[in-house]
Amino acid sequence: MLVIDRLQCNYGKVQAVRSMSIEVRPGELVTLIGANGAGKSTTLKAISGLVKPAAGSIKLEGRDITGAPPHEILQLGISHCPEGRRVFPHMTVRENLEMGCYLRTDAQGIAEDMDSMLDRFPILRQRQDQAAGTLSGGEQQMLAISRALMSRPKLVLFDEPSLGLAPNIVDATFDIIRQVRADGVTVVMVEQNAFAALDLCDRAYVLEQGSVTLSGTGEELLDNPHVRSAYLGM
Amino acid sequence: MMKYFPQAFLGLLVSVPFWLTDSYMLHILITTGIFIIAAMSLNLLLGYTGQLSLGHVAFFGIGAYGSALTSLGFEITLPGGIPLGVSPKPVWFAMLVGIVAAGFTGWAIGKLAFRVRGAYFVIVSISFAEVVRLVAVNWVELTQGPMALNNIPVLRLGWGSAEVAFLRKPAFYWLVLAVGTVCYIIISRLVSSRAGRAMIALRENEPLAMSVGVDVTRYLVLATIVSAAMAGSAGALYTHYIRIVDPDIFLFVYTVTMVIMVVTGGKGTLAGPIVGGVIFGLIPELLRTMAIKPEVQWIIYGVVMVLVVYFLPMGIVPALRNWRGGQQASSTAAASGPQMEGAGK
Repeated sequence: MLVIDRLQCNYGKVQAVRSMSIEVRPGELVTLIGANGAGKSTTLKAISGLVKPAAGSIKLEGRDITGAPPHEILQLGISHCPEGRRVFPHMTVRENLEMGCYLRTDAQGIAEDMDSMLDRFPILRQRQDQAAGTLSGGEQQMLAISRALMSRPKLVLFDEPSLGLAPNIVDATFDIIRQVRADGVTVVMVEQNAFAALDLCDRAYVLEQGSVTLSGTGEELLDNPHVRSAYLGM
Repeated sequence: MMKYFPQAFLGLLVSVPFWLTDSYMLHILITTGIFIIAAMSLNLLLGYTGQLSLGHVAFFGIGAYGSALTSLGFEITLPGGIPLGVSPKPVWFAMLVGIVAAGFTGWAIGKLAFRVRGAYFVIVSISFAEVVRLVAVNWVELTQGPMALNNIPVLRLGWGSAEVAFLRKPAFYWLVLAVGTVCYIIISRLVSSRAGRAMIALRENEPLAMSVGVDVTRYLVLATIVSAAMAGSAGALYTHYIRIVDPDIFLFVYTVTMVIMVVTGGKGTLAGPIVGGVIFGLIPELLRTMAIKPEVQWIIYGVVMVLVVYFLPMGIVPALRNWRGGQQASSTAAASGPQMEGAGK
């Protein structure tokens, strides 16, 4: 579904991603693990068009999307749930969700999706007219994930979904991501919590210094001695 | 009752020349009104897209010079000895030229803002205004430099016996009010539209706005064009009211006045620039009528400003809204402070 071939991205003179090759098949949950600066977030940004690649290619369902602007890539069905500040703080919960379908024009479909999203997360329905900045960290993450789904994507990119969340919220967040995949959406996830990520995913890539050093199924990597010592602390 | 407040307020404004016979006060209202239009245009950029343009006076001045030059006509020699002459045009047309010229400059600056943001955009905008001022000072052949453009004609609309000349103060007051109302309607339509939502998203969280598919450059440029054209319309009004324009129109203090009006009134609110503009446009004059010494007037002005910013950091309009909205609204405002910006990190 998504084929990344020898991708290279630079920030000025610093090479953040060098020769990254990754493949994602339809319906898969693929995770990218690695230390800080391994090029995980940059890879996701290159896929969604927020960073222009210096070399290499990215193909979605056979179509070349390398260097396309973010709004075009979104329209082709890739939605990005970025790390860090996840919501528009002064907009209400409902307005945040509406921003998620900014490029959609089917009013009826939007209304249906909005309803089903608010059914799925009753806390968001309860707070739909509240400013998103007043929600708790976990609720903001829930909102960010729902917003990413409002564009009806084929592929969702999650960047560090567990970052800065309380442990019990982390579990709930991974449950939601598992649910997203069960609904038939392909998922690519970047995660520092390697154990949880490997446990959740179908396949994983280990990134080191901007390229892939290992790949395999989640179980394979959980048993790999290098991964165990470097990322799992075992 | 509050529902019809804008209409009632507009009605009150329309009635002013009938009961306010003091021509000096009317003059103050006219100049304040012109600055309120400029402040509303600044609010579109500062309040809605979050870009601080500290060279906003450039658009105002370009509107003023563009309109003045077109209505007076000019003859210049371009580099290479090519003569360029423009014969005097009707004032309504000249004003449109001024507005378009300002809008076009806004387009250029907006394109630039795509590359530089935040502090860099502030510096670029200040330098831009300064460059334009220096051009106005030094290109004497076109602008007459510090000698100023004089005898700028007044606006006349209609034909024959139905012609209206905007020479007397009540007529000009209504003209400013009409232009201001049109600008207000355009801004309120714009910010509640899809484009407006995109601008607010850009202010709130730019990377996220891009990731949900907002074409950031496009909306920044759109906002700058509309904002610059409106500032240009204020400049065009100013020039045909004062009827003399010199390079001092580009003074930094005019931009500061606009920023004060927007920030104290409440940036990112429709009524903010109007409230801030009325208060800070009229304070010096009210103090003057109370026969307070000029030095003291400006001290009071400064103190009032500091108090407003200190006690109502979001501005007067949001503060009033919270006060009226009671408990629920105040809980939203508690989250509105800048400390929330980094909360997700």
